[in-house]
Amino acid sequence: MLKMSNISKIYRTELVETHALRELDLHVEEGEFVAVTGPSGSGKTTFLNIAGLLESSTSGLYELDGVDVSQLNDRKRSRIRNEKVGFIFQSFNLIPDLNLADNVDVPLRYRGWSGAERRKAVGDMLDLVGLGSRQNYLPSQLSGGQQQRVAIARALAGKPRFLLADEPTGNLDSEMAGAVMKLLEDINAEGTTIVMVTHDPDLANRADRNIHILDGRASDVIPAISPNVTPLPERGVARV
Amino acid sequence: MFSYYIRLALTSIRRTPVLSALMVLALGLGIGAFMTTFTVYYLMSGDPIPHKSDVLYAVQLDNWDPNDDPTESASDVQPQLTYQDGQHLMNADTPAIRQVHMYGSDMVVVPEGDDPPFNENVRATYQTFFSMFDVPFIYGSPWDKRADDDHASVIVIGRKLNDRLFNGENSVGKSIQLNDGFYQITGVIDDWQPTPRFYHVDAGRRFSDSEQIFLPFTRAIDLVLGPNGNTNCWAPLDDSLPVIEAFLKSECVWTQFWAELETPEQAAAYKDYLDNYVRDQKQIGRFQRPLNTFISNVREWLVVNRVVTNDNRVLVRLSFLFLLVCVLNTVGLLMAKFLGKSGEVAVRRAMGASRQAVFIQNLVEVATIGVAGGVAGIGLAWLGLKGIENLYRGYQHLVHLDPVMLATAVCLAVISAILAGLYPVWRVSRQAPAGLLKAL
Repeated sequence: MLKMSNISKIYRTELVETHALRELDLHVEEGEFVAVTGPSGSGKTTFLNIAGLLESSTSGLYELDGVDVSQLNDRKRSRIRNEKVGFIFQSFNLIPDLNLADNVDVPLRYRGWSGAERRKAVGDMLDLVGLGSRQNYLPSQLSGGQQQRVAIARALAGKPRFLLADEPTGNLDSEMAGAVMKLLEDINAEGTTIVMVTHDPDLANRADRNIHILDGRASDVIPAISPNVTPLPERGVARV
Repeated sequence: MFSYYIRLALTSIRRTPVLSALMVLALGLGIGAFMTTFTVYYLMSGDPIPHKSDVLYAVQLDNWDPNDDPTESASDVQPQLTYQDGQHLMNADTPAIRQVHMYGSDMVVVPEGDDPPFNENVRATYQTFFSMFDVPFIYGSPWDKRADDDHASVIVIGRKLNDRLFNGENSVGKSIQLNDGFYQITGVIDDWQPTPRFYHVDAGRRFSDSEQIFLPFTRAIDLVLGPNGNTNCWAPLDDSLPVIEAFLKSECVWTQFWAELETPEQAAAYKDYLDNYVRDQKQIGRFQRPLNTFISNVREWLVVNRVVTNDNRVLVRLSFLFLLVCVLNTVGLLMAKFLGKSGEVAVRRAMGASRQAVFIQNLVEVATIGVAGGVAGIGLAWLGLKGIENLYRGYQHLVHLDPVMLATAVCLAVISAILAGLYPVWRVSRQAPAGLLKAL
């Protein structure tokens, strides 16, 4: 599903050169739920941005769903992002002036679906996250947990095969975080591949696999260990 | 997708009402100032009779003081003719298809009943006037040539006067009292307002209302109707003659003369005729200056008479510069607006919007602001034109926004807004989304 080989990312200014990722090798299989952990500044978000085609790597090869996406132009990258990738952000990133239906509708607008197709998908997704009756609400009228559920509905509306979540429970209390995590697990159980960046070891341990990034390198592979979760057999590799 | 972008644009405009209002105001001020001056310029410089402007020629003969400055162009020659020269040409067998000799005057209209008398502008002319200048009739027709020859008491009146005296009914055959006499109406013309009023372009009257009364030139001379317009003389009247006769035989210029010439060959032949006429007149002591005869078609005539002054052109240029300043201000405001939208743009990019899609979406928003600025500009231009109307008499035909000007204002506003928005929109569409996803 996702294969990164020797991926490096260097941010350059006139004075400094920052190596955000250093020859990262990473492989995620279809249907996996992978947690990415690491301290602040380790390169987790950079990895997520490159994986989601929001940034390009400085060097290395990145294949998504068997396609080399390293050298694609903006239009093709945008199309792949729209069709295959869903994003969930720590701060939800809902557009404040749009109601819930219009927020969920955003990726579908760029898909070229008909109005009827879009309305059905939006309704289905909001029903899925339990907010089907609040389509006309503005994000500011919802709690943080509800907003994150809308963000998940938006990420899933276009039926992407690959979900990237950046600290999806970072702004939620433990109860809401648990609910969101349960939702992600359900989505993964339906076959969607999920890569989740998190600081929370408990959440990381609920994933199939835990990749630790340190100083821009995937430095370790930690099998998921949790008293409540049975580790799945390893389906992918990450190596230094 | 376009309707979606329009909806997003309106949402975005509502989100930042003050900033949006400032942009609309900036564009509106620029458009309003420019459209005010440009409307006046456009109407001043327009062709008042486009389908015939190249076959209608004003006639100039240089009969002026031999001691005066030499003539270098038609603009240096008096724009009017003496009575005697105009009458000679009118009665001569010239190469012209039609000719007209005329002047402006005024008479008192005495309505029937209790309504008080009022003054009305009059054009003393020949029946050829109406066919030469394609004057539209709603009732009746011009008087015939015999009426000119017979110095008949007939008139053609305008729609406004007909509305006032006859409530708009067909008044052909009826008579009205002008000064001390009665005149039978042969026709009623529709509203007819060539702008500029090319056939008589005295400074101060070139944008005035067309006359509401037309009567035979021959009858007006019999009545000793004085000219209501510029009368210029360089030599004293012959005091051995009665004053009216002396005036008619003088070198004073106060009448207008036009010829209809359909082909360049006719125009050349007509010019030759004028030259020969002046040569003949020189034999009897008139026209002591070098031979200078000019014929100018309508567009040339407006230039000869400097209907559009340099002041008008300078004003249009200045107002265009002001519009540019407003556009530059709008660039700054748009930068502030779109940088504030970086977070939303980043989210849309993450959801699959290409740079091109973001560019178009925001350009539609800019164009929407432009339309609003155009509407505001039309309102301000209307106010500006009303101000001109109140400040300057005789400009009432230059102070209206016709459909062409309205469409121009909106198009100009949209183009201005898009020009102002190109750089901010390009900037926001080129921003890397990754670093901005936390800016929403």
